[in-house]
Amino acid sequence: MSQMLSWTALLPGAIVLSSMLPGAFIFLVKEESHVLRGVLNMFGAIIKLVLVGTLIWGVFLGGVFESRLTIAPGLDLVLHADALSVLFVTLSSVLWLVTTVYAIGYLEHSPNRSRFFGFFSLCVSATVGIALAGNLLTFVIFYEILTLATYPLVAHRGTPEATRGAKIYLAYTMGGGVALLVGAVWLRALTGPVDFVEGGVLSGMASTLHPQLIAIFLLLLLGLGVKAALVPLHGWLPQSMVAPAPVSSLLHAVAVVKAGAFGIVRVVYDVYGVDFAAELGLLIILGVWASLTIVYGSVKALTQDGLKTRLAYSTVSQVSYIALGASILGPVATIGGMVHLVHQGIMKITLFFCAGNYAETLGVHKVSQMDGVGRRMPWTTLAFTVGALGMIGIPPIAGFVSKWYLGLGAVEAGQHWVLLVLAASTLLNAGYFLPILYKAWFRPPPDAWPNEHRFESRFETMGALLWPPVITAAFCLIAGLLAAAPFSPLEWATLIARREYGL
Amino acid sequence: MADLLILPVLVPLLGGLLATALPVRSALVGTLAALATSLSGLSITLLVWLHGDLGTVLGGWGVPLGIGLSADGLSAALLAMASLVALAISIYAGSYFAGSAQARHFWPLWLLLWSALNGVFLAADLFNLYVMLELLGLSAAALGALTGKREAIAANLRYLLVGLLGSLTYLLGVALLYTAYGTLDIGLLGERLGPTPIAATALALMVSGLALKTALFPLHFWLPPAHANAPAPVSAALSALVVKASFYLILRLWTELFAPITDIGAATLLGLLGAGAVLWGSWRALRAQRLKLLAAYSTVAQIGYLFLFFPLLASLPPGTARDDLFAACVLMALTHGFAKAGFFLAAGLVQQKAGHDRISELGGVAQRMPATTFSIALAGSALVGLPPSGSFIGKWVLMRGAFETGQWWWLPVTVLGTLLAAAYVFRVLSRAFGLEPTPLQFVTNARTEIPALLLAFASVALLGLAAGPVWAVLGFGAAPA
Repeated sequence: MSQMLSWTALLPGAIVLSSMLPGAFIFLVKEESHVLRGVLNMFGAIIKLVLVGTLIWGVFLGGVFESRLTIAPGLDLVLHADALSVLFVTLSSVLWLVTTVYAIGYLEHSPNRSRFFGFFSLCVSATVGIALAGNLLTFVIFYEILTLATYPLVAHRGTPEATRGAKIYLAYTMGGGVALLVGAVWLRALTGPVDFVEGGVLSGMASTLHPQLIAIFLLLLLGLGVKAALVPLHGWLPQSMVAPAPVSSLLHAVAVVKAGAFGIVRVVYDVYGVDFAAELGLLIILGVWASLTIVYGSVKALTQDGLKTRLAYSTVSQVSYIALGASILGPVATIGGMVHLVHQGIMKITLFFCAGNYAETLGVHKVSQMDGVGRRMPWTTLAFTVGALGMIGIPPIAGFVSKWYLGLGAVEAGQHWVLLVLAASTLLNAGYFLPILYKAWFRPPPDAWPNEHRFESRFETMGALLWPPVITAAFCLIAGLLAAAPFSPLEWATLIARREYGL
Repeated sequence: MADLLILPVLVPLLGGLLATALPVRSALVGTLAALATSLSGLSITLLVWLHGDLGTVLGGWGVPLGIGLSADGLSAALLAMASLVALAISIYAGSYFAGSAQARHFWPLWLLLWSALNGVFLAADLFNLYVMLELLGLSAAALGALTGKREAIAANLRYLLVGLLGSLTYLLGVALLYTAYGTLDIGLLGERLGPTPIAATALALMVSGLALKTALFPLHFWLPPAHANAPAPVSAALSALVVKASFYLILRLWTELFAPITDIGAATLLGLLGAGAVLWGSWRALRAQRLKLLAAYSTVAQIGYLFLFFPLLASLPPGTARDDLFAACVLMALTHGFAKAGFFLAAGLVQQKAGHDRISELGGVAQRMPATTFSIALAGSALVGLPPSGSFIGKWVLMRGAFETGQWWWLPVTVLGTLLAAAYVFRVLSRAFGLEPTPLQFVTNARTEIPALLLAFASVALLGLAAGPVWAVLGFGAAPA
């Protein structure tokens, strides 16, 4: 009993609750109580970060952290921290803190803030729950909660476009959720409770069951592919860009799409096992699908004039790098996919923050309006530049590291066609990002901006809006420059790969 | 200790008489009686949980003659749900009817209904069950017509006649059994019953009578108008509790009394009707123009889910897998009780505030009442079966059972029903995000909003994350790890 109640059994649960409880209280906060709401928000975010810090250290030392709640006999809610969950938990918690600051600044004076921050906290709790889920049931539960908690955020603006975007979002994610549910129940009926175990649990199944296992994998992939925005299941993502900028930043660049990609990684490595998945021929399906999405997303991004929709298609493309990494058999490619989970997150959130700043400060929503923004908003544009160059894969920014490992892994596995995909994608990335940078820095600014706000600030915009992208841009540089330092994303991804392959 | 069994029936009955005698103080008397009834119901549940089945015979006569009461896990589970839901409805009703002439009629009838409901859950012989069912039907129809509006009276007159037809069909079956076996006590009958044509006929009569009363598709035609036109607390009671009474009886008779003669074929027939209910009810809910009509059709669909369990139960041998399915079926019934009551209570507040319940025009009101909208959202997600709600767990076990027994054809029904339910729930919720003026605080009227919110919350967090007690009350031990 004493062991049951030890802190290692409470920590994962506490990490989920550290945002859920403040979130529940925020709903009750009166609209005009800015201070109380801000305190609750920051309190939750900082507590969570402290708890996650403890978790990182514990997992690094090989500790076992597991919270278990029996819902009913045979149905357990399990939160279990392994190296892979820590990667995603840390990403979400750090970026949540940054985004909370950004959102408080961004939504100043706008209505329904208690509702917004309440659901925002629930979303982060759900994301962390997905990261820490120790079995398929728990994963499904948090995956659906994430859908539900994001819906009000997409619909938040209340305009007809927002309502429409939210409806489309819901239709896609509900459909995906049901596919995931059926797959999960089917697997549960075949094998009993499906706990996530490094190295996979299914390789011992009788070969007569293999056709069923393939069908289940496809169902799960269908369910996860919606959130991971695999073509043609990506339709909701550009539509969801009607949401306020903090939502697009954290949820549609990090939490929601990553939940799908993370789920794919979980299923491949910790349910099927990467070797067994390769043996069933599932990896090649995943690899081709991811590659198609990478190219398709980039091509679509080329033609978008809306800045946020261009970034959204870029997300479609970039998230599939993670799935691509998972589809190549070999530890180096695994490292590339895993590390991109973090790198894409920090780069894309920087870009979305900047897009929000342009919209809030200058009223600039379109690429065609971006002439000369670099002179008016140099710091924001500098952060944008770092993010964009990182996405293209220019050293020493984080994105380069991901692409390097993915390419190396493909060569190691003898799958040279992946290099072509990477090269094509890099060219396309350059094709849709470099013109923006050129316009921003080298074209003369217009006589008047579409809708300019003057903030009482020493800087180009409000401090709460400026610092978050500058900080995350710094992360992008640090993650690339110090990739070999201990506890860098790359080192941690290497740790995961070692444990997954039992090296 | 077993003598306490009479309390959940007696207390509301006395309370109802007192409320009739003191019409001016009926709200106070009614609320106190509701509290006492709820406590007595919960203590019976607690006793069953701790000590196992209870039974008693009133008046000192032996079993074949006296009025027998008994409580096992199944009755206790439903009794607990009814006690909590009815208490919340009572508190809500105190404020909902405040200052209205309807209050005087409401309390006596409501307490009578509650007494009859508890009587159904606790009665140990088939004839007493008939009496309780009849009382339940009469008081329910009277309550449903409380507003005195023309469409309410028409709908509830039909409800009354349908209810009478249902109970008489049931009574016919009871009479057949009595002539053949000479007893009405469920326990004694269970020992004597064999696979005879008389028993089969009695089963068919009793189950179809009860199916009519529980509104199993295609016998559901009377439910939507009756439930949609009643005052909100009554709608909640009708949808959450009253239809559960007849469902409880079907479940009990099917799995206990008639277990020797029910086979997979008959169970599949019930399952098919359930599937029809899920699809048709959800579809009609999606098409409904009014919030309360939507909720009523959703009840038709939710009752359908409960019948999907029958063919799966029939094809499994006694054991953990069957116990899990049985418990999941009860869990879904309980969750629906909490969720639908919460949904109707919240819908009633919306209707009061807006003066109507046309879904397409509810935007502003939904936005001005955050707590109420939140209740609808929580209860709605339990109706869809989204996690973490009791019905998610129920559906998970249901689908697992479908895979394990090879009856995969129930899966598309469940999946389609879930998607349709999501569509109708979010059709309502999408109205809550508009450009209308925004609220300054979460709760505006605690006495009506909190009961609805608590009910909705219970259907999600309580039954979804801690469903273990349902297994425990039903006497199913923890499965081996």
